Amino acid sequence: MDDVFSNFDLVLKAFALTIELLVVSALTSLVLGTLLAAFRVGPISVLAKAGTLYVNLVRNTPLLMIFIFVFIAMPELELNIENFFVKGCLALTVYTSAFVCEAIRSGINSVSLGQAEASRAVGFTFVQSMRHVILPQALRAVVPPLASVLIALAKNTSVAAAFGLLEATARMRYFTNNNADARPEIFITFAIGYIIIVEVLSAGAIGLERRWKVAR
Amino acid sequence: MSSVLFDNPGPRTRARHKVYSAAAAVALVLVVAGLVWLMYVNGQFAYELWEPFLTPAYIEVMLVDGLLKTLQMAFFSVIFALGLGLVLGVAKMSDHAWVRWPSWGIVEFFRAVPLLLLIIFIFFTFGTGGGIGSFWSVVLGLTLYNGAVLAEVFRAGVNAVPHGQAEAAYAIGMRKSQVMNVVLLPQAVKIMLPAIISQMVVALKDTSLGFYILAPGLTAVGKLIYTEFRNPLPTAIVVTSLYVAANLVLSLIATRVQRRLVGEQKALEAPDMAAGSAV
Repeated sequence: MDDVFSNFDLVLKAFALTIELLVVSALTSLVLGTLLAAFRVGPISVLAKAGTLYVNLVRNTPLLMIFIFVFIAMPELELNIENFFVKGCLALTVYTSAFVCEAIRSGINSVSLGQAEASRAVGFTFVQSMRHVILPQALRAVVPPLASVLIALAKNTSVAAAFGLLEATARMRYFTNNNADARPEIFITFAIGYIIIVEVLSAGAIGLERRWKVAR
Repeated sequence: MSSVLFDNPGPRTRARHKVYSAAAAVALVLVVAGLVWLMYVNGQFAYELWEPFLTPAYIEVMLVDGLLKTLQMAFFSVIFALGLGLVLGVAKMSDHAWVRWPSWGIVEFFRAVPLLLLIIFIFFTFGTGGGIGSFWSVVLGLTLYNGAVLAEVFRAGVNAVPHGQAEAAYAIGMRKSQVMNVVLLPQAVKIMLPAIISQMVVALKDTSLGFYILAPGLTAVGKLIYTEFRNPLPTAIVVTSLYVAANLVLSLIATRVQRRLVGEQKALEAPDMAAGSAV
C-alpha cells in the first residue's frame, strides 16, 4: 500500500487519462449520436433505416469486439491510426453514440404530439415551435437517460486497459502485480476513484434536472 | 406521417425528400462499397483467411468452446445475480436501517465500479494458482455487478405494484414477510421479466471482458483463431455476428415474454439513480 501512496502521482496520471478518454469520447459521441438521432426521427426513410440498423447492430455488439475491430482488425485495411488514445476514443465513440442516439430519440418521442399540434394551431412557425415548445421539453426529458449513458461510458473507458492504454484499470493491474499482499486495498483505492467520477456525473445530472424542473 | 417535429409533407416537400433519399442512398452505397473495396484491395477475401470458418473442426470449436462457454457464463451469472439481486433488493426495502444502509452501500459500490476492474481484481486475487479460475472469476464479477443492477430492478418492480395491494394484505392480518412473499413479489416478477431479460443481454455482452484474463468464450476462441491464421478482420466479423445473433434471439424472447405476461403495456424501466444501466 505504501507503494501506491509514494507513487500517487502515477494513480492521478492514470485517472487523468481515464477522464481524458471520457471527455473526448463523450463529446464526439454526443455529436455523432445527435446526428444519428436526427437521421432516425427525420423524414428521409433511407437515413432512418440506416440509423436503425447502426443502432441495433452496435447495441448488440460487445464493446470489446469494437475495440478488437479498431485496434487489431483495422490495420489490416491499412486504415491504421498510430495514436492509441485516438483509437480508444474512436472505439468508445462508435459504441456510445448508439446509446446517445437512443437517449435523444426517447427524449424527442416523450414530447406529446398535442404539444406540436397546439403550437402550430396558434400560428407558430417551425423554428418558433421548435425553440419555444418542443426542444425545451425534449431537452429536459433527455437529461436522465443521457446521464446514465455518460456514466456507463465512464466505466467503459476501462476496456481500453486491455489494449495498451495505461488508464486507471491498467494502472491498478500494475500496482496489484507489484504488491500482491495489498490487493484489496489497491482495488478499493481505484474503485473510489471511479466512484468519484460516477458521483460527479450523476450529481451534475441531478443538478441540471432540478434547475430545469418545471411545474406540470 | 406527422410527428412532433414536422407536419405532413405536401407534394413539393415530398419531391424534395425523394431527392434527399436518393442522395443519401447513393452516399450509403458508396460508403459500403468503399469498405468492401478496401477489404478487397487488402486481400481480406482470400480463401485462406476465411477457411477456419468453413472447416467443420473449427466451426465445432467456435460453437462448443466459444458460443457455448459464453452462454454458460452468461447463464450462471444471471441465475446467481437473480438470487443476489432479490436478496439485496428486498434488503434495500427493509424497515431496519442496519439492513437497509449496508445493502444500499453494496448496490451503489458494485454499480459504480467498472466491471473489468472488478474482474481483474477477482481473477488475480482469488482466481490464479489453484483458485477459482478465469471462468468463475468472470461469473463472480458478472454476478456482483448484475446482482447490484437487478436489486434496483426488483425494488422498482415491487414499488410498481399498486399501494392498495400491500395495504389490503396488511389489513387482512398478513405479516411483513407474507406481504412481500405472497402478495408483492409474485406481481412484481411479472412486471420485471422484460427488464431482467434485457439485463441478460448486457450480461452476455459483458462475458467478452473475460478476454483480458484469458477466460474461455467466443473472444478467447477468436483470439486463438486470428493468432494462428492471421485473419483478425474475418474473425472479428464472424465472432461479432455470433454475439449479435445470440443477443437478437434473447431480445426476441424478451418481447414475446412481455407480450404474454404484461400485455401491450409499457416496459418497466428501473430508475437510473447513480449508475447507468445502459452498459
